[in-house]
Amino acid sequence: MIAAQLTATGLGHTYTAGTGTHTALGEVSFTVAPGELLCIVGPSGCGKTTLLRALAGLLTPTLGTVTLDGQPLRTIPAGLAIVTQDYSRSLPAWLSAASTIDLVLDRSTHTRAQRRERVARALHEVGLTAATHKRPAELSGGMQQRVAIARALVTRPRLLLMDEPFASVDAQTRFDLEDLLLRVRAEHAVTTVVITHDLDEAVYLGDRVLVLSGTPATVLDELVIDLPQPREQIATRETQAFVTARTRIARLLTPNASPSTENLRGRP
Amino acid sequence: MTSPPDTSDRTVPSTGLHGPDTARTNTTQGRRTPAIARGAAVATCWVSLWQIATTLSVHPYFPTPLRIARSAVDLWFSGPPAHLLLTDQVLHDVLPSLGRLVLGWSAAAALGVILGVGLGRSRYAYDYLRVPLTLARALPQPLLVPVLLVLFGLGPSLTVACIVLGVIWPVLLNAMDGARDIDPALSDTLRVARIGRTRWVLHIVVPAAAPRIFTGLRISLSIALILMVVSELVGSTNGIGYRLSIAQATFDLPAMWAWICLLSALGYGLNRLLLLAQHRVLAWHPRLGQGTT
Repeated sequence: MIAAQLTATGLGHTYTAGTGTHTALGEVSFTVAPGELLCIVGPSGCGKTTLLRALAGLLTPTLGTVTLDGQPLRTIPAGLAIVTQDYSRSLPAWLSAASTIDLVLDRSTHTRAQRRERVARALHEVGLTAATHKRPAELSGGMQQRVAIARALVTRPRLLLMDEPFASVDAQTRFDLEDLLLRVRAEHAVTTVVITHDLDEAVYLGDRVLVLSGTPATVLDELVIDLPQPREQIATRETQAFVTARTRIARLLTPNASPSTENLRGRP
Repeated sequence: MTSPPDTSDRTVPSTGLHGPDTARTNTTQGRRTPAIARGAAVATCWVSLWQIATTLSVHPYFPTPLRIARSAVDLWFSGPPAHLLLTDQVLHDVLPSLGRLVLGWSAAAALGVILGVGLGRSRYAYDYLRVPLTLARALPQPLLVPVLLVLFGLGPSLTVACIVLGVIWPVLLNAMDGARDIDPALSDTLRVARIGRTRWVLHIVVPAAAPRIFTGLRISLSIALILMVVSELVGSTNGIGYRLSIAQATFDLPAMWAWICLLSALGYGLNRLLLLAQHRVLAWHPRLGQGTT
């Protein structure tokens, strides 16, 4: 399947509850090229989740349009998969890893044997073959998020949307999962949007990074990350290009920071 | 309900203090067996106290447990060998009562789960029906008996109708709340994956609601027992409630107490069976699924 091209034009959303209104998303425009990995970074609570739900067709934005391969998005498109932040809430507690992944496979196009094979391969890809029959309660947080990633990949999506996918795991697991994402993305041609509040993660993962402002979110900047693939957790983060990109984003997200680079060190 | 398994459940966390090997021997041999033995010892103590108290009391209204037991044997276990010693009272009163109870309760359970899950997942039904359903649930269920007596007349259908209409509410309301309680992260992910409605309901909505459904089932089981007796006391020509009222009217007090003890044992036994089913079905649930009964 060919990776999708995703475009957002003047996307905005205002929530109405009773008489009050809350504008979560200003006017946001961007394009993601087929096979590209775009990271969207912005402060916590700046409307990133609203943006992702609008991109997925789960929410009809009050302003602007989303187009997928040139077609305006009216409902949830085919060939889409999402991974949400909280793995413990997105996995049913009563299903084993294999059953959770199997659930999303289309019955009409796959036989039972084909499904079993696809599930086994997806689990193998994320290194969880040993956990095939385990329920979420028997898995660590990182392993649960791997199941969620395997579930997203098993349908071979053309577009993958991830909302803070690694925010709830420890630092080492996070590194592993970031590398896992880069690896599977190199193997499958899939257009990927990763929403994160972690600017290090955005620079490390992204081909391009979109920087959003606080509520209502608008696009502050757009950076092409000129780092070679494959990336490597320690070496890549040491390169000048990484540090430069990271500093530029940090400065955007910290408007009253002093010009000295010293003050930016240690920011999350 | 206090019971031996509660104590054995409580020993589980403490096993973490020991090594894995000692923990296992502790639960399977060192603790669980005495828990059952302790339960039996406690029961024996209470029955002995009951025996002593009723022997000392000369009031005829309180026969001794031994006297009640003798009456129970006469009532139920003095039949012909061809019927395994079971009397006509067992065949024509106890079993029909039990049948109506099980039939009424299972019909209410099935209807309650189907309607509850359906209403819980419907966007508007919940808002409109929540209040009337809660009001229906708040009615004292025995009120149904005189109302339905007019509609159904005397007979077994009255009991079954009372049970169905009386016990459906806790199941329905719990299934409704349980079905609504699905995390948006999960429903978004599966909506995006476009899993079909059947798979969504069977593999996600029903299991997600199952803990609440079991709560509803246990509440409704105890109400079902009440309604069975009350409806038979008033409007039946056989059944446990009918026999109970006859024993009371003829001042056969040991028999009356025997029927009361039977009801208590039935309630306890059925609740145990339901718990057993719950532990199997909710094996994945950290609180409701663990433990052996």
